[in-house]
Amino acid sequence: MSDLVSIDLTVNGRPRSLEVAAHHTLLDALRDDLGLTGTKECCLVGECGACTVSIDGRIVDSCLVLAVEADGCAVTTVEGLAAEGRLSRLQQAFLDYGAAQCGFCIPGQLMAAQDLLDRTPHPSVPEVQEGLAGNLCRCAGYEQISEAVLAAAEGTVR
Amino acid sequence: MTARVGGSPNRVGGIGRVTGAQEYVADIHLADELHAKLVTIPCARARITGIDAAEALRLPGVHSVVSAADLPSPMPRFGPQFRDRPVLAVDETKYHGDPVAVVVADTRDAAEAAAGLVRVAYEELPAVTTLAAALDPAAPLVQDPSIRPDDAFAHTNVVREHRVGWGDVNAVPADLVVDHVYTFPMVTHFAIEPHAYIAAPDGDGIAVWSTIQHPNWLQKVLAGVTGLPLAKVRVYAPDPGGGFGGKQHAKYEPLVALLALRTGRPVRLVLTLEETFQAVRRAASEVRVRTGFRSDGTICFQDITADYLIGAYVDIADRVVSKGSYLAAGPYRMPAARIVARPVLSHTVPSTAFRGFGNPQVNWAAESNLDEGARLLGIDRLDIRLRNLARKGESFIPWDTPADGDWQQTVRRTAELIGWDTPTAPGHGRGIAIGIKSGPTTGLSYSTVRLLADGSVVVYAGTSDMGQGARTVLAQIAGDELGAPLEWVTVVMGDTAVVPYDQQTSASRSTVLMGNAVLAACREIQGKLRAMAARVHGVDEAAIRVDRGVVHMPDREIAIRDVLGPGFGRLGGELVGNGEMRKEAEPDHPLGGSAAFFEFNCTATEAEVDEDTGDVTLVRYVTVSDVGKAINPLQVRMQDEGAAIQGLGHTLMEHYIFDDAGRIRNLGAIDYRIPTSMDLPLEMISEIVENADGPGPYGAKGMSEGALLCVSAAVAAAVRDATGIVIRDLPLTPERVWRALRERDRARDREAVAAEAVRHEAEAVKHEEPVS
Repeated sequence: MSDLVSIDLTVNGRPRSLEVAAHHTLLDALRDDLGLTGTKECCLVGECGACTVSIDGRIVDSCLVLAVEADGCAVTTVEGLAAEGRLSRLQQAFLDYGAAQCGFCIPGQLMAAQDLLDRTPHPSVPEVQEGLAGNLCRCAGYEQISEAVLAAAEGTVR
Repeated sequence: MTARVGGSPNRVGGIGRVTGAQEYVADIHLADELHAKLVTIPCARARITGIDAAEALRLPGVHSVVSAADLPSPMPRFGPQFRDRPVLAVDETKYHGDPVAVVVADTRDAAEAAAGLVRVAYEELPAVTTLAAALDPAAPLVQDPSIRPDDAFAHTNVVREHRVGWGDVNAVPADLVVDHVYTFPMVTHFAIEPHAYIAAPDGDGIAVWSTIQHPNWLQKVLAGVTGLPLAKVRVYAPDPGGGFGGKQHAKYEPLVALLALRTGRPVRLVLTLEETFQAVRRAASEVRVRTGFRSDGTICFQDITADYLIGAYVDIADRVVSKGSYLAAGPYRMPAARIVARPVLSHTVPSTAFRGFGNPQVNWAAESNLDEGARLLGIDRLDIRLRNLARKGESFIPWDTPADGDWQQTVRRTAELIGWDTPTAPGHGRGIAIGIKSGPTTGLSYSTVRLLADGSVVVYAGTSDMGQGARTVLAQIAGDELGAPLEWVTVVMGDTAVVPYDQQTSASRSTVLMGNAVLAACREIQGKLRAMAARVHGVDEAAIRVDRGVVHMPDREIAIRDVLGPGFGRLGGELVGNGEMRKEAEPDHPLGGSAAFFEFNCTATEAEVDEDTGDVTLVRYVTVSDVGKAINPLQVRMQDEGAAIQGLGHTLMEHYIFDDAGRIRNLGAIDYRIPTSMDLPLEMISEIVENADGPGPYGAKGMSEGALLCVSAAVAAAVRDATGIVIRDLPLTPERVWRALRERDRARDREAVAAEAVRHEAEAVKHEEPVS
């Protein structure tokens, strides 16, 4: 029902070529075309942050980015955080500090937190809270998420 | 990682949650699946006069457009209390978002596009969306009286009138009576995972995947709608991405199941967040509280009338109202109480269970009223609570479970942590409130546990782990009892074809009910281990004890797994235990059963209010819960702090907004705000009281709703303490607070002017006095 466009992108370090509908978002392409369902779909208006991914080192709400806009880009999703099956320090901190409850927002929280740590390696509590303000958690595990990010930054992960 | 009870090992299932591997319903795809999209109309109540699907059906990839006319007649209806909810609207829509048809197509794109092309002809009808409108004698009836033919109130919008009380509120003399009305807004669960459903023909039965909290209850509903036996209805319930009560009961599963049977193909329906707002919410309420006090602060009586605005279909809302209002008079010694509560139908989204289950609404009213009484009597707000609080073992509702904890301890600790006795900073104010909620009144959980030949353990438990951490808690119990590290325990949940029956995951019951069932199953295995050890070692069975993972022989201790090898021999094998916990109904009890336990919480906060904007900042926030025994203290803390922050939502910001046609004007995440990481108290302290006095394993009580119950009353009290303003309507949005501040200023100005006038008059009188 719509024209397909060919795009080439790198996802979690792996080159991928896709035919995507012009109106499909990057979120659609990741979840439906590539089967990378770790990135979550919730509000679809860029408010909840569940679909946060990184494009060329910048985090975006993938529900607000067309798949064609990611043509030629390097995309990292939550599935790309663990290297060779080993959890990243941030992931381990989320686990150790009980940051994940139902877990649905966690992929987005992790992507936003990793971006924060990349830009601000030693954030303060207010910086963490501001850095993650675009990621809603209805279990409201904000205290534990914040502790996990600080622990990852300070290397105090168990 | 050690599974010992009382430790905080990492969450079982945690790795999937931090890697993106955790599979939620919307992540599951079946071969050859069809996509469904609901068709709705933009008003609350309308008579459907025609549905023209011709244009929609011409769209490539569209399989069918199904409306009431295509479904069995009479339309199957379902609901946990009344069978009042049709699979699809028949003739008339009842609320904004009530679907009139559903499109089924090969792709999501086609389904969405076609849904916009279905032409629905309708005639808009007057809708009632407020308590006042619904209770007006001239109001249109939301439901046809034939749906509840035996009900006394069937010809009104009131579902039932729930009356409970003791003593005579008119006979107890009081020095002061405080009488006010408090309102609570309509709010939605906003689980970050929108509800999702998949149904597929499965041999001669059906398989349904759902974000449901109660898979066994759903199985029963689906069997009823499809006519299939329970054994042919397989419900898969992957861990929900947040439930909070909103995912307890069937919503669109019956529709998707009928579509799958009709098309012979798998059908998936993933709601948008907006559609989820139109599927579940909490009941709004208007609660009038009259409290009688003696001048020393002793409560003489409480007379409470609570009207809850529920939706167009009852769902579980009648129970929310009866059970929620039942404890309206709180955990206090109360010589007389009268509580009258009514669920009132309206043309709005059906309200359902939501963390706290009707208690936060009455708690907000009664605790605020108590505060107002204390101020008028000049009694400290902490003291008035301690004075009236039921002591452990005391019956505070004459026929029900007595106070099951040292509640004074919880309240005193809360006061200590907030620094109640220390001076408040200028411009700051403090509030303290108590929350209480009855645990389950009836319930049934079964569990099967298998101890495998190498000492690893498989636990079958029909509880849903929606984030509360049930999987971890149950694994800790089994691992501790059977001597297995946590990594050696698998907990199987969410598949009705495999896992034994569990009534439901609600009322903070699972640690107690399913926990006891798992414990009982483990104890049965321990009995078999004793027999095995006796046989292998030629010792009298009576001389052997198995306890917390260890086999105690008369002369030494042996690890369980070291008994299994020689015990099983060459053929291998496993030990299977079955456990059950049952809380029977009590037919004469107003709620059908007494409380299995109480969730008891005390919350205190210190607030600072921006006089120019009305913005409330919580400088310090303390929440203390009596949990009996924390199986996993970190998870308890997560639940308590999460509940507190969730409660700040309806306290400070959340509410649905309707227009005159009953349309919700703030659907979705942009216009409906929930707490973010920027809305937290500046300092959050949560503690627990553990006296091992609960009915669950090792003395545990249920928890996870308690810390939400009294958030609003504590915060509003702190705002009043800081500013002098009294607000009896939630949420305390900056606008509402700002308006109250300006009204306070105007009142002060008026008083100043009046005082000035009095002074002038006095002066004038003085001057007129003749000099003698």
